[in-house]
Amino acid sequence: MPAKIKRLGFKPVQRMNRTTDNKIYRNAGLLGVLAIGMFGFAFGLVPLYEVFCEVTGINGKTAETAAKMVETTVDSGREVKVQFLGRVGNGMPWEFRPSTHEFDVTVGQANVTEFYARNRSAHTVIGQAVPSVSPGLAAEHLKKVECFCFVQQTLEAGEETYMPVKFYVSEDLPSDVQTITLSYTMFKVSQQEPTSSNEPHVSLVSTI
Amino acid sequence: MVAHAEHVPHRSGLAAFIARWTLTTNHKEIGSMYLWFAFTMFFIGGALAMGIRLELFMPGIQLIDPGFYNQFVTMHGLIMVFGAVMPAFVGLANWQIPLMIGAPDMALPRLNNFSFWILPFAFTMLLSSFFMDGGAPNFGWTFYAPLSTTYGPDSTDFFIFGVHMMGISSVLGAINIMVTIFNLRAPGMKLMEMPLFVWTWLITAFLLITAMPVLAGVVTMMLTDRHFGTSFFSADGGGDPLIFQHVFWFFGHPEVYIMILPGFGIASEIIPTFARKKLFGYNSMVYATASIAFLSYIVWGHHMFAVGMPLWVEMTFMICTMFIAVPTGVKVFNWTATMWRGAMTFETPMLFAIAFVVLFTIGGFSGLMLAIVPADFQYHDTYFVVAHFHYTLYPGAIFGTMAAVYYWLPKWSGHMYDERLGKIHFWTATIAVNLTFFPMHFSGLAGMPRRIVDYSLQFADFNMLSSIGAGLLGLTQLFFLYIVIKTIRGGKPATDKVWESAEGLEWTIPSPAPLHTFETPPAWPITDAREDQAARV
Repeated sequence: MPAKIKRLGFKPVQRMNRTTDNKIYRNAGLLGVLAIGMFGFAFGLVPLYEVFCEVTGINGKTAETAAKMVETTVDSGREVKVQFLGRVGNGMPWEFRPSTHEFDVTVGQANVTEFYARNRSAHTVIGQAVPSVSPGLAAEHLKKVECFCFVQQTLEAGEETYMPVKFYVSEDLPSDVQTITLSYTMFKVSQQEPTSSNEPHVSLVSTI
Repeated sequence: MVAHAEHVPHRSGLAAFIARWTLTTNHKEIGSMYLWFAFTMFFIGGALAMGIRLELFMPGIQLIDPGFYNQFVTMHGLIMVFGAVMPAFVGLANWQIPLMIGAPDMALPRLNNFSFWILPFAFTMLLSSFFMDGGAPNFGWTFYAPLSTTYGPDSTDFFIFGVHMMGISSVLGAINIMVTIFNLRAPGMKLMEMPLFVWTWLITAFLLITAMPVLAGVVTMMLTDRHFGTSFFSADGGGDPLIFQHVFWFFGHPEVYIMILPGFGIASEIIPTFARKKLFGYNSMVYATASIAFLSYIVWGHHMFAVGMPLWVEMTFMICTMFIAVPTGVKVFNWTATMWRGAMTFETPMLFAIAFVVLFTIGGFSGLMLAIVPADFQYHDTYFVVAHFHYTLYPGAIFGTMAAVYYWLPKWSGHMYDERLGKIHFWTATIAVNLTFFPMHFSGLAGMPRRIVDYSLQFADFNMLSSIGAGLLGLTQLFFLYIVIKTIRGGKPATDKVWESAEGLEWTIPSPAPLHTFETPPAWPITDAREDQAARV
């Protein structure tokens, strides 16, 4: 204990003996390690959740690669309603929406729909669509054979496009699901800054 | 706290005073500083609550603009949780745990000083955000992403570092308390002989050490999301805002038990004293507390039923949550059984302890209602939730602390408080608490959303009642401050034992408690030769 503190009239704490002291430091150290470990655990929770959600399929994420179309000869006769949503992420200068908002599909059969996108800015922008399915448990039963979300999309200034999604609903979809919502959020990946010589585009390049 | 004039250094003046209080390593002085700090924060948080209730007195926007109102709600929650309730319990632990286990001081006294002195800096930082451009944090005390990441005001960074600091303070304090309990008990005192307040604090300390670092982790992720280009919580970078809620509530649910378990301990000390019976079911009390702590780690999902989890996940969380009613029920029945056929008297600490049991149980029941998944979809984000957690926290944590202060203040200060004033305080506070928070059940069930500055006309009557109650409640706390100061300054001298049938080592030392106690370990179990004991300290 510093002499100055002693002068102020404080008595150092009387300890029973050195063994007790050592035990105290050891226990405090162990608890400190536990606390630091829990700090690390908080970060560990992030991948843990990802793995847990992937294994149980409860996060509403669909597969990131194309599914093989399983040809079914049997017409199941079961119909579910599929709804489509499109929105853009923060700072994304695109217009992005489904061309059809909903239709009924027959379980097991292939369907095609399109999403419309237009780059409203004056420079080229690369976008990536991230899908989400509600209810989450239906996600693994919505099989996408072809999707614009599997790759990044590039639109030049003012360019517009229709992007197809080909999908089917697999027959093991739980029977209590009558409506599936497929939602895409189009995020901005990067953009090329317009050079000073770049005049605003006058001609619209269409890929339709 | 007072009457230690003999220890004041010979140098006088402000420098000596400041040196004394900043450098002290004495558990009693640090305990007092914690309690005064918590009391100060309680009044600041209370002033914010008064602002909220004034605005809600009538429908429409009268006094506070909506953005500023959001800051009021956020800061009220943060200050009450982290600034008032938690430091108050740590203060009680500092004062009482060494006295109750016969230890000379906390195991790591200088660390203890450090833990306390972090707090004023942490909260200065947090409160300073009110004076910054863009105002204080405005996203609610739960600071959900992306409200706090993408849309948070600039002052959010001050909030983040404030939370880091007070988290470090809590963890170091908890380590100290745990080590003290493990290593400095009077020779011969077994774990299962410890007073219940010590037991509940041991378990609380464990929760603090394991839960607070997770909070530190989640605010660190916020910080890196805001400034260093990570995307833990933003979907455009591959993250998920829901992860925030999962990690936050993984901390958040143990946190709510951190704020109530010491209160359970206090009730378990006070009720036997004034029922003049031994505590009914000591062992089951310990096991019940430990089970509550364990369950608190596997129920976080009940805060997020409405986010769209699959049914089986919701069911799992619902069932685990309902299990908590079992150990909590054990405790409530034990307290009731302790009072059963006891020779009860109703001094102020006992009144507060009984109100604690009754009103906390009401909060527990509304918690059960909220645990029911389909019902929760109706109650979610309404004033019913506000009523629920204020019933557990106000008559739980705050009444618990007040009961403890009335119970032990004579030991700390050497003076009895004025019993008549104490009773007036109790009855006005109890009436005011119920007047404030009970109508919120009804406005919530009728669908009034929480955290909103204005409300529909049909909720006007309930809100006016709540606001009147809140005003009264605020006044009773000023009255409590007056009673505490009056007791410290003078009053009927307290005997060493203070209460007729109080039991425990803290009653074997003189009143007021000398600055240094148990420098040689006391005999355990306590012998009848109380005077011998007292002479030895």
